Amino acid sequence: MVVSTVEKPHPLDPYLRVARLPHIWCPGCGIGIALGSVMRAIDKRIKEGTLKKENVVFVTGIGCSARSSFYVNFDAAHTLHGRAIAFATGAKLAKPELEVIVVGGDGDIAGIGGNHLLHAAKRNMDLIVLMITNFVYAMTGGQVAPTTPLRLYTTTTPHGNPEPPLNTVRVVSSLNANYVARASVTHPILIEQYVYRALGMRGFRFIEILSTCPEVFGRHIGIRDPLTLYNHLRSKVVVKQSPSIEESDLDWERGLVIGEYLIRDNPSYLDRVRGRLE
Amino acid sequence: MIKSFISGNTAIAEGAITAGMRFYAGYPITPASEIMEYLAEKLPRIGGVAMQFEDEIASINAAIGASWAGAKSMTATSGPGFSLMLEALGLAVITETPLVVVDVMRAGPSTGVPTKTSQSDIMQVRYGAHGDYVIPVFAPWSAQEAYDLTIKAFNVAESLRTPVILLSDAIIAHLWESVLVADPGEVEIINRKKPSVPPNLYLPYKPDDDLVPPMAVFGEGYNVLVESLVHDERGFYKQDKTTYRNLVNRLINKVLSKIDSIFEVETYYSDDYEYLLVSFGSTARSALAATRALRKSGIKAGLLRLKTLWPLKLEVLEKYCGEAKKVFVIENNTGKLLYDIERVTEDSKAVSLPLLDLEIPEPKDIVEGVKKWL
Repeated sequence: MVVSTVEKPHPLDPYLRVARLPHIWCPGCGIGIALGSVMRAIDKRIKEGTLKKENVVFVTGIGCSARSSFYVNFDAAHTLHGRAIAFATGAKLAKPELEVIVVGGDGDIAGIGGNHLLHAAKRNMDLIVLMITNFVYAMTGGQVAPTTPLRLYTTTTPHGNPEPPLNTVRVVSSLNANYVARASVTHPILIEQYVYRALGMRGFRFIEILSTCPEVFGRHIGIRDPLTLYNHLRSKVVVKQSPSIEESDLDWERGLVIGEYLIRDNPSYLDRVRGRLE
Repeated sequence: MIKSFISGNTAIAEGAITAGMRFYAGYPITPASEIMEYLAEKLPRIGGVAMQFEDEIASINAAIGASWAGAKSMTATSGPGFSLMLEALGLAVITETPLVVVDVMRAGPSTGVPTKTSQSDIMQVRYGAHGDYVIPVFAPWSAQEAYDLTIKAFNVAESLRTPVILLSDAIIAHLWESVLVADPGEVEIINRKKPSVPPNLYLPYKPDDDLVPPMAVFGEGYNVLVESLVHDERGFYKQDKTTYRNLVNRLINKVLSKIDSIFEVETYYSDDYEYLLVSFGSTARSALAATRALRKSGIKAGLLRLKTLWPLKLEVLEKYCGEAKKVFVIENNTGKLLYDIERVTEDSKAVSLPLLDLEIPEPKDIVEGVKKWL
């Protein structure tokens, strides 16, 4: 029996391409929680009149998180693996009134796209980058990712991962970004708050969102049940009001510290470009 | 119309400005860098953006993003950078993004001889990216033509919603010549088609009769979907054979159906030649000098110069080659255009004169090469 998945309107339906639902994400995947929180933040900005719907552009690369551009009812681009930030930079510079939001996984944003991430942050480029970290390459079936914990067995580290995880929060904070935060799908309200704040700012705004992947990462760490994995991540997450960069390492023993690491209002790339010929 | 004494690289930059290009992204590379340097000075003064990115990959992806934000955009590079851009070239193909990519050829493989010329990228610009596609390639032989063909490249890119390659080389890049630079309104400038339907009826990849879909861009309320996956008319990813075939065939046919306006050649001594020299780009200058020298020594030589290197209108090549006793393919590489000429000539009629020179080939080398076969 086919059961309709859209029986009555959802409050976020105006921001979704409802015709494309159901989405491809696995049961227990955290991306939907993250995207829902992002939509609520956008909704709040649109309703209060500080953001125009037609100016919102989602730019994504390739990967599970990148599929977000399929489902959002905004201008959207599903581009190349790793290149979303570069594409987004071109779009923003060509039409500065756009609010360009990049969504991607940690492999997409910090792995193959790492160079673009560095340079966008260095420029304080007027973009929002949401990096959904699931600690593994999930779409391709479970290979080691930039954020995979040390010693973990993955399909390409069958003898254990010899590399410590990349602390992208520390990397981006060391550059000229105006906003750096880490959130978690275990705390959706905070995702919404951080994205809401970022939408009201200028310059480069980076939010890492820790997420659950029971299907692939869960299999690697022996927790395949979505709820158990969710609660496991929740037990590791430590919420701090003003965390220091020093405690931002992805350390599963001491806790994964989420919070707003950096908030400042430095002139953005566009501000600096605009001033040059005057 | 202003007569300017400028280099081929500057002529490309000026041609792009005339065509309406307002977004340039690039990464330094010899012998193409002057294009970016010139535009970095000039574009911001006319409301455009010229930006140096962290690499060629970022450059072409940013140019594609800018095109989707409504700007005519361009990037320029040389062989090594072009190799890095290939994945995104495919992105521009499948997303039907108007874009001009300039490849100023230098000697390879790899780092090769950065400051010296070559014509060895002609296969890379046609076939380099993965997947099936056809994109136009234009090859100027003078600074004036670098200007003119850049404008044509933009007009084709915009009207067909496709990336277009302008294939220059180190000789044309640094050759200073008088160039007639047009004033606004003096040359035809084509802009992409806009949708004529409201957003709720708009399908981003539904073509008109000319196989080209009208293009809404970001910020216009059309909920544009830029999709790198194989997609249907809505831009929705589809894995079935019918959607795949329809899309790939349409992307190719929208270009091939316009071949009469894309494909251009120029001929010299075409009335009564017995021996035909075929060449393109800077090497065609030497081939023309060689043709004249052969004529002086009583040999009825003619020259066919290709301004368009892809796609080729084989009937045209067939016609000119058919009238010759022998066809000499003169190119500054190991012999690549040769394959196309062999396709349109009977066995052993086409002779390869691969010059593999680092400078502009000497006409006397061409004359000697031809005379060996007479």
